[in-house]
Amino acid sequence: MKLSGAEIVMECLIREGVEIMFGYPGGAILPTYDAMTRYPQLRHVLVRHEQGAAHMADGYARATGKVGVAIATSGPGATNLVTGIATAMMDSSPIICITGQVSQGAIGSDAFQECDITGITIPVTKHNYLVTDVDDLAYIIKEAFHIARTGRPGPVLIDIPKDIQNAVTEFVYPEQEIVLRGYRPTTRATNEQVEDALELIKNAKKPVILAGHGIVMAGASQELQELAERAQIPVTLTLLGKGALPENHPLTVGMMGMHGAAACNFAIQEADLLIALGMRFDDRVTGNLKTYSPNSKKIHIDIDPSEINKNVRVDVGIAGDVKTVLAQLLPDLKGQRHGEWVAKIREWQEDGDERDILHHDSEGKLFGAQVINELWKFTGGNAVTVSDVGQHQMLEAQYYPHQRPATMLTSGGLGTMGFGFPAAIGAKFGKPEEEVWAIVGDGGFQMTLCELATAKQENVKVNIAILNNGFLGMVRQWQEFFYEERYQATPMFNPDFVLLAQAYGIPAMRVTSRDQIEESVKFARSHEGPVLIEYVIEKEEIVYPMVPAGADLDQMIRRPKPGEVQA
Amino acid sequence: MAKNTNKQILVALVENLPGVLNRVASMMRRRNFNIDSLTVGRTHKPNLSRMTIVVDAEKANGRRIAANLFKLVNVLDVKLISEEPFVSRDLALIKVRTDDVDSRNGVTMICDRYPARIVDIGPKVAIIEITAQESIVEELISELEPIGIMEMVRTGVVAMGRGIRILDSDYEPAINVPIASSNLDATGV
Repeated sequence: MKLSGAEIVMECLIREGVEIMFGYPGGAILPTYDAMTRYPQLRHVLVRHEQGAAHMADGYARATGKVGVAIATSGPGATNLVTGIATAMMDSSPIICITGQVSQGAIGSDAFQECDITGITIPVTKHNYLVTDVDDLAYIIKEAFHIARTGRPGPVLIDIPKDIQNAVTEFVYPEQEIVLRGYRPTTRATNEQVEDALELIKNAKKPVILAGHGIVMAGASQELQELAERAQIPVTLTLLGKGALPENHPLTVGMMGMHGAAACNFAIQEADLLIALGMRFDDRVTGNLKTYSPNSKKIHIDIDPSEINKNVRVDVGIAGDVKTVLAQLLPDLKGQRHGEWVAKIREWQEDGDERDILHHDSEGKLFGAQVINELWKFTGGNAVTVSDVGQHQMLEAQYYPHQRPATMLTSGGLGTMGFGFPAAIGAKFGKPEEEVWAIVGDGGFQMTLCELATAKQENVKVNIAILNNGFLGMVRQWQEFFYEERYQATPMFNPDFVLLAQAYGIPAMRVTSRDQIEESVKFARSHEGPVLIEYVIEKEEIVYPMVPAGADLDQMIRRPKPGEVQA
Repeated sequence: MAKNTNKQILVALVENLPGVLNRVASMMRRRNFNIDSLTVGRTHKPNLSRMTIVVDAEKANGRRIAANLFKLVNVLDVKLISEEPFVSRDLALIKVRTDDVDSRNGVTMICDRYPARIVDIGPKVAIIEITAQESIVEELISELEPIGIMEMVRTGVVAMGRGIRILDSDYEPAINVPIASSNLDATGV
């Protein structure tokens, strides 16, 4: 069968199980857009900015575990993807970015809309390709999907010159399995490693599990639960690990790290064994590395060998798929009790509960924490929430417990403001049966709000909850604590978000008091397409607890208990 | 063999494709690893090139670099060769002043004591070639300095492990991925 390069792209995407692509056309990718007309089974969503396309592909991938696809043209189209690619890279999200490139004859001549996107994206992709022969195209696409979704997943970019898209060749799909000499992800632990790990677990008196994104991505929640329950080990979660174990499980302590639950951070510091599963000891979860969990032995299981001993020296490091390795550990794992230890952690938790803002008199004010807490209540705690970056993101992590993996999506590693809303659109396309809420701040939302038009055009049912405090809240919080309240460049003029949504034909509502929150959820549910709700919250809310950057993990700034005064 | 504790030598077998050097260099820069020298050349196998990378790093960091190199799809194999007995060579061409009898005699006498030879000589200058361990090349350079070095070029270090452990992706186990010290040999491939 003779096909053009552009048609080969479509054929290969279909064979990889792709249903939807997020993209934006332009000169150098036009042949591929034209080929789409002959493949109506592939849905294309027109975004308003290529960054949105990358975030949508990313949100789709995180929600479904499948590979997300973004398409853009050469030059500015391609460079606009970069923030989204870097976001996916940091959070190990499998996406494929297809970019048009100027024809090969023009490469290197500074042609119109030419840019070296493969050069630019080397540091932010797992791998990338510049296609130079149409006969390589099918194999490259197959290889790209293989690399994106296996091992530690990540973004792969394929740059296709326009002449390759137009070139016609005999299409032969490479049916054989991909074997790459330089890419063989490790999956299993050795027997020795299993024995060493079990020995440490057996001897531990104060063990703590640190569960991360790897558990979610590997689908290892059940193995994690079995490990925790059989050996009675308390579980702390990273931001991206939320939902790895149901948060109402008695052994779930909460989120660790900079804005984590104090009980988690105390437990990690006092533990005699850390079992780190599919996480990478990011500086936001460790605080000061020199004083991090000083008395513990450490087991680290992660798919990426280069993560082991990167930030924290460990005693048993296992490079492998966390689901496979846990399945290797479980058969010989003995039942244990750590009653005293669990009780001690519970005490820390109770102390934390007392300090919770929800137990303070709010004097009629509306706080972000209350909004999230009520959203949790009125959505039955069962929505897929996609947060942006900032205070609202940490509040979401603290006040919206998740019971299922992959129901809390957020940009953890790169901390990309503007991620939340487009990623929520992508997530909804991937999981149409779920109730999807984009929880965003007034700052981040304005970075990608052009996608309101996309949401309306596609009539995608995403509920947008803007927590509007008229500030870049998290930056303001740092300025309050560490820069003597000099609020440089953090107060914001904002548009009237309700009128703005209405300009796009999107129903919108403004909430200014707590008793309207239930109604706002009903309002959101009563419309078929996208809905925007603006929650006008207190301007100067603080997210507690907080480990100042570089401080010891247990040196948290905490909210005083009711009646206490801040020290 | 000379072992400088701050310098780690890595050897990588890579696919001979455009851009591979860029990927390696980009990773090293991004991870803040300091390249002392990097050489790359073809091997006896088609499509396979071999890199010798000398880095300023402690041993633990050398392992981290190896792990990061190994992650690159076009890198087939990596070894931290300075952990084992190895042979290394650096080649230098050194142009020195030889415009009087003293300098001419001096250069000849110095070269006699090194694995070095004069490969070109004229009335004003001579070119000396030396192939040796890096430290010996350094010694020669310091001896020639007082006579007057006009120009110099070095290839950077190439290295090879001694004995029968051969760096080759057809040879299994291909690599020891750096794991915790208690599990040094475990890859779980």
